Amino acid sequence: MLEGKIAVVTGASRGIGKAIAKKLAKLGATVVVNYNGSEAKAQEVAEEITQAGGKAEIVQCNVADYAACEEFIKAVIEKYGKIDILVNNAGITKDGLLMRMSEEDFANVIDINLKGTFNCMRFVSRQMMKQKSGRIVNMSSVVGVCGNAGQVNYAASKAGVIGMTKSAAKELASRGITVNAIAPGFIETDMTSVLSEKVKEEAAKQIPLGHFGKDEDIAEAVAFLVSDGAKYITGQVLHVDGGMAM
Amino acid sequence: MLEKVKEIVADGLGVDAADLTAETTFEELGADSLDLMDMVMSFEDAFEVEIDTDSLAELTSIGKVVTYIEGLQK
Repeated sequence: MLEGKIAVVTGASRGIGKAIAKKLAKLGATVVVNYNGSEAKAQEVAEEITQAGGKAEIVQCNVADYAACEEFIKAVIEKYGKIDILVNNAGITKDGLLMRMSEEDFANVIDINLKGTFNCMRFVSRQMMKQKSGRIVNMSSVVGVCGNAGQVNYAASKAGVIGMTKSAAKELASRGITVNAIAPGFIETDMTSVLSEKVKEEAAKQIPLGHFGKDEDIAEAVAFLVSDGAKYITGQVLHVDGGMAM
Repeated sequence: MLEKVKEIVADGLGVDAADLTAETTFEELGADSLDLMDMVMSFEDAFEVEIDTDSLAELTSIGKVVTYIEGLQK
């Protein structure tokens, strides 16, 4: 299905990014597994992919670093001659109540989640415009749509991703490039494993389907948005959240 | 080259190439920055050059595009 396609997945050393990288590779894409700090984990992802018969390589880049992103994307284009799919998944949380949140915690989350997504789209867009094709999927969150106490920084970054996704979709549509966002709800990952059982139970009560999602649920949605079947879908936010936001 | 540039502009903006001259500005054709970016991609393909995104502001008329691309090809 994605044979011959080159896919870049940011923050792919674990969690949702890892599941996306594995899924796209399983569908035949050559996957560039981006990571920032966790080289060993990224290497494991690449090995899992190659052992399953897929193609992957790992590339370090801090997506918050504009110049580093330029180099990163340039190197991928030089090596493969194109980029068909970009999945902006890299993200962090630095939770805290508004009145206690430090400037640094606010800025760090915006830098990685929002600016990082901008940086990668910025440098990939020109290549995709030349190709007259491309698929960009940005990771938003149910929190960016509904808000969440203790996450003003994260919510702002993820709401920002939605605005950016729609704007980029309008800018790039004439060249056959689609840009969509996925808004996951509560997914069982390292990011949510730090929550206490009580918080998890309370969270599950807000989910019509009654339980946390799996990272594969998000990977499936990404696989759909980058597939041929989704060629007429752009500027949309696909909620994969067990019905939390509707 | 002028004829080819005119052809790309005509195609990109849905105007008649016969109405275009080197002096025609993109402003009078009602092209916005997105239209211009789109045409720049077509110029790049047609003339096998790379146009620096920072130079877009200078490319205000068909003649200026021709001069710019000729400069790149030297």
